[in-house]
Amino acid sequence: MPWTTVQVEKLDNFFIMGDHTGDRVLTYRDALREALDQSLARDPRVFIMGEGVDDVAGVFGTTKGLKEKYGANRVFDTPIAENSMTGIAVGAAMAGLRPIFIHARMDFLLLSLDQLVNHASKWCYMFGGKVKVPLVVRTISARGWGSGAQHSQCIQGMLMNVPGLKIVAPATPYDAKGLMISAIIDNNPVLFVEHRWLHKTTGYVPEEVYSIPIGKGVIHRRGEDVTIVAVSYMLVEALKAAEKLQESGISAEVIDPRTLKPLDEKILVESVAKTGRLIIADTGCKTGSVASEIAAVAAEKAFHFLKKPIKRVCCPDTPTPTSDVLEKAFYPTAEDIFAEAVSLVRE
Amino acid sequence: MEKSKWMEMYRIMRLIRLVEQRINDEYKYDEIKTPIHLSIGQEAVAAGVCIHLRKDDYIFGTHRSHSQYIAKGGDIKKMIAELYLRKTGCARGRGGSMHLVDPEVGILGSSAIVGGNIPLGTGTALASKLLNNDRVTVVFFGDGAVDEGTFHESLNFAALKKLPVVYVCENNFYAINSHQLSRQVGDNIYKWAQNYGMPGFQIDGNDVLEVSDYAEKAISRCRNGEGPTLIECLTYRWKGHIGTVDDVGEGYRPREEYEYWVSKCPIKRFSEFLKDQGVLTDELIKKIDQEIYDLIEEAFSFAQNSPKPSPDELMDFVYAD
Ligand SMILES: Cc1ncc(C[n+]2csc(CCOP(=O)(O)OP(=O)(O)O)c2C)c(N)n1
Ligand SMILES: [Mg+2]
Repeated sequence: MPWTTVQVEKLDNFFIMGDHTGDRVLTYRDALREALDQSLARDPRVFIMGEGVDDVAGVFGTTKGLKEKYGANRVFDTPIAENSMTGIAVGAAMAGLRPIFIHARMDFLLLSLDQLVNHASKWCYMFGGKVKVPLVVRTISARGWGSGAQHSQCIQGMLMNVPGLKIVAPATPYDAKGLMISAIIDNNPVLFVEHRWLHKTTGYVPEEVYSIPIGKGVIHRRGEDVTIVAVSYMLVEALKAAEKLQESGISAEVIDPRTLKPLDEKILVESVAKTGRLIIADTGCKTGSVASEIAAVAAEKAFHFLKKPIKRVCCPDTPTPTSDVLEKAFYPTAEDIFAEAVSLVRE
Repeated sequence: MEKSKWMEMYRIMRLIRLVEQRINDEYKYDEIKTPIHLSIGQEAVAAGVCIHLRKDDYIFGTHRSHSQYIAKGGDIKKMIAELYLRKTGCARGRGGSMHLVDPEVGILGSSAIVGGNIPLGTGTALASKLLNNDRVTVVFFGDGAVDEGTFHESLNFAALKKLPVVYVCENNFYAINSHQLSRQVGDNIYKWAQNYGMPGFQIDGNDVLEVSDYAEKAISRCRNGEGPTLIECLTYRWKGHIGTVDDVGEGYRPREEYEYWVSKCPIKRFSEFLKDQGVLTDELIKKIDQEIYDLIEEAFSFAQNSPKPSPDELMDFVYAD
């Protein structure tokens, strides 16, 4: 069993109430698998490639059985050559296909930045809109069980600096399915950021094909005293914190931007206008993080609404340690969000 | 090969040469505000390969790809307008000399990242395979790109999947001022092909008939589903790496080397051959040149009289609709 699976199996089940209600409950993993399955079925241009995408485990279950269903031309394993495989996907996209390229770890994405940043993201602009690159790159950040410094990075903040790249980071099963479908339909390169600890979370997911607009955030919980913007897995921690805050008489509004680029600035500014206090929780290291960018937007566009300084709850600026003791010290949790919220509201 | 194709190859080589000479002459006026990399001396490679390509086949070039763009049938007016960074340019002034594009004829954009185009062309070839069509891709790159991982990663994958792609290395022995032998242990780039599981050849890149011959076979292998080929074309650029400089005898490269290669001018050699064959005459040479000069004149005046992009267009095309 992959080591992160050991860790994920130990997690509590976490049910996330999405936008959507209904009677059909899926895990994030199965929601993703369903989005891929339905997209392969309805569009012959879609195909999936990446290391191990066609093996028995099927990228933590998200591509399981798809090769059997759609054949080895549409779901195939690749050599361990992240940069060129990215470029190859980009070339296929230019020629009219809709590739989905998967990195089982976000860390491996770093080897592909030449093709992702220098090529895929610039092609449309550099050629005056004449060639488009409808590509989806899925990356999964792991955490825990000693994943260590090279198997747990969350570098989405770094990539927000790349013009021409769209970045989505769904946290709920409903959003995972809808945003995967949107990412596939989109005519631009879309980085699809997943967190391993989200794969097991559950929520309501409709069976039909639906899309969620890229660039639109969502309010998960309405509140008056403090805004908590939470990215990717940090949504789970933020919702736990909000629950506990309520018990302490503090009403927190929890927002998931869902898309990191282009960012939904409106939802952020409107919420801060109401609460006057802002906490941003991101899975990445603090400096140059998504939280940094959101803080900058708030400072530019919501400064006069702010009653207190903005707080960022992120990992510290250190490589991820492997020791379980240090790991625990490294990752921020609901407790940290709770503590920041209490100090913003009470002090 | 039919004689009409000989004449077409000749015309293309001449067209490349005269377009680039004109660019060279105009560059000093500082209206072409983009780095240029001229292929004068290397014309036979693009001409000999592209003569066998269909309009719907793909090519990918590099920072030095005027020649391939022209040989594949890219629009010359739009190319020159792009060099002048005009709205009417092939990339609407967003690309410049290093980023030429003409999707109508299968030119999906050249990359100025050394080795960056090799995966892209491997990817269009993958698309041909997945879509089950017989479109072929040719990727052109220099000896410098062989230093990059993308060359090795892409060849491996193309052979593994038997993709319809021809890798054409224009080995002009230099990457900027760095000689091949100061970067690579051997001078046999074509030999990499063997271990990657595809045919590889080292040929005289200044002999357009030889280039054409090898390219024709490689392209038909692609069309027949037999997979990729690597062709290393030995050739030489006459100008310095970038701009219009003449750097011979300034410590960068020896004069004897330069003179040897100039004596092997691909156009001179081919025109002598054509004359021997009785299909080219001095009169015909003049006539072809005149037609080309007219075309060039038209392209430059189109470019120089075209509007520049306006500042309010800055953010256009960051994303496709
Ligand atoms: C990745 C990368 N590294 C360095 C450069 C700088 N550079 C531009 S052209 C060039 C030399 C390329 O040599 P070669 O591939 O032989 O092509 P040639 O210029 O000879 O046609 C270099 C190193 C670059 N553009 N991209
Ligand atoms: Mg070279």
